[in-house]
Amino acid sequence: MDLITLGQLLNTTLVFSTALIFTALGGIFSERSGVINIGLEGLMVFGAFGSAVATYFAQEAGLGGLSPWIGVIAAIIIGVLGSLIHAVASITFKADQTISGTVINFLATGSTLYLVKLIFDGSGESPLITEGFNKFAIPFLSKIPVIGEGIFNSYPTTYLAFVLVAVTYYVLYKTPFGLRLRAVGEHPSAADTLGVKVLRMRYIGVMLSGALAGIGGATITLTTTSTFAHNTISGQGYIAIAAMIFGKWNPLGAFGAAVFFGFSQAIRNYVQLFDWSQNIPQEFIFMIPYVLTIIVLAGAVGRSKAPSSLGEPYDPSKR
Amino acid sequence: MDKFRKIFTLDNYIVPVAAVIMGLFVGAIVMLVGGYDPILAYSSLFTQVFGDMYDFGEAIREMTPFILTGLAVAFAFRAGLFNIGADGQLLIGMTAATFVGIKFTGLPFYIHAPLAVIAGGLFGGLWAAIVGFLKAKRGINEVITSIMMNWVGFYGANYVVNHFLLVPGTQQSENIAPTASISIHFLTGIFGNARLHWGTLIALVAVVFFYVYLWKTKQGYEVRAVGLNPNAAGYAGINVGRNIIKTMFISGVFAGLAGAFQVLGVFQYQSVFASSPGYGFDGIAVALLGMNNPFGVLLAAILYGTLTYGSAGMSFGADVPPELVKIVIGAIIFFIAAQGIVRWVLGPFYGKRKKEKVL
Repeated sequence: MDLITLGQLLNTTLVFSTALIFTALGGIFSERSGVINIGLEGLMVFGAFGSAVATYFAQEAGLGGLSPWIGVIAAIIIGVLGSLIHAVASITFKADQTISGTVINFLATGSTLYLVKLIFDGSGESPLITEGFNKFAIPFLSKIPVIGEGIFNSYPTTYLAFVLVAVTYYVLYKTPFGLRLRAVGEHPSAADTLGVKVLRMRYIGVMLSGALAGIGGATITLTTTSTFAHNTISGQGYIAIAAMIFGKWNPLGAFGAAVFFGFSQAIRNYVQLFDWSQNIPQEFIFMIPYVLTIIVLAGAVGRSKAPSSLGEPYDPSKR
Repeated sequence: MDKFRKIFTLDNYIVPVAAVIMGLFVGAIVMLVGGYDPILAYSSLFTQVFGDMYDFGEAIREMTPFILTGLAVAFAFRAGLFNIGADGQLLIGMTAATFVGIKFTGLPFYIHAPLAVIAGGLFGGLWAAIVGFLKAKRGINEVITSIMMNWVGFYGANYVVNHFLLVPGTQQSENIAPTASISIHFLTGIFGNARLHWGTLIALVAVVFFYVYLWKTKQGYEVRAVGLNPNAAGYAGINVGRNIIKTMFISGVFAGLAGAFQVLGVFQYQSVFASSPGYGFDGIAVALLGMNNPFGVLLAAILYGTLTYGSAGMSFGADVPPELVKIVIGAIIFFIAAQGIVRWVLGPFYGKRKKEKVL
């Protein structure tokens, strides 16, 4: 494989990874605060839908290059609104968090397709977005061999994802807010005793997961599919959950895991370039990332430790 | 306060019923907002299901995999395990049954059909047991492994169909031998050729098995103990790891059977799937609707099957997008999960009853 394809492979890897990075970061905020978020898939659906519709109308209104950013903002808003359903049910009404997360997945797939058919006269798919994100080459840096083509000639969302990994890490481990968020997920009654508003922190955690998963979904419509349909989001949310657990609820770990999954998606597009791949059934090649994940988890990484109070509704009267 | 609580627990069955009604109500509001006629929509939904014998039979056919995948997810929940991998287990079970159904020819039907069914259940179970094994021996979160195993199972199923069973030039396998079919021929006649099969009966047996095993046997007691508190169960001398593997195996058997029946009883062939049919994820919804109780799962599967099968009639009769049904199902689960909301809505009624009791 020559250098050019290596750069392309890296670039495609990042295209696939970006949505997973956003969503996994969102999952970290929610689960670090003690709320399981199996609804990430649905929140991505909300985001993908919101961005597809908003970007389409923005581009029709002649907003040009601004359109995809309006799409991202719409995705954030609808993602947060969707996550509020989860928050109200699981935090305020102390519903089982797995159940209310599953509810999000149902409501998201149902309501978005319902709305698409309503808005676009019975069509099962939103109209094509022409003003999606374009790749943006960073001056000078994009001239570096391999890495320049691979990393510094990406979609704006990819750069945003990189920034957010750093921001999330900083917020979680270097700010009082992050300390409180983690405390609420580990030992809510102790945090409460020290004056941390447990329920409020959990609301914030879940809403941040809605915003980030919304951006994750938007990334897919605005950089990959250019439209929203029933199969735009098909399992990426669950992969993001896997990336979060794989990365041990740490932003840097989740980032690594998301890139790993993105790489395994990208390799499919390039694997035909290798001579040895001709003799292997393609189904086996598609399986590699999933099998590898299991092997890595079983071998090197070992037990992953979830936040201690993950999944438990906080009830001050039981303190 | 105690009396208050007692009233709530006494009326436990009211909450699911109220949740269903409130879910349908939410669906009606969504239809009104969209400019559709909810009464026409719901009546065409029920006409689609109960209108004639064929549709009624097909609706029963539709419910069968929901019963089994619902049981699969609920059974694992009872041991504190979240089996999000019923989807992959179903596909592996389906593939094993298809393989036996096509390749093992020359057997009499009373051996061939049961063999294919057993192969489906066994392979589904073993697929799930891998997840249990990794959880028990290596402490790996079962959610992540079962998500991974879904994909491996998906591609594995397609591999087997593509390379060993395919009718050249198509995207589906050969038909299974007639000896492997589990269709109930005398009933399909009565139901206007609806694809009824013995699998539905086995699903009902599975419901009873679930109940008897968990609440009437020592092994089931161990499973529940592990689910309630693995540490305490361990101290009490229960082998937690072995119970996790066993629970996942049984859970996977349910899912595998669901897959086997879809081929042996319904389609008679297996497709190369472009994306997973998603029965495993439906199973999660059914288990949650049924509150992880076997009879609850049965009722939930009937409701779920009615809504999904009827959704076609709804879009045909009232022009409502069939996705509306997913909103209704989501809302019902939401209300069942957040029972506080239901109690709040029912509050005035409870208040009245409380007064009566005081008097």
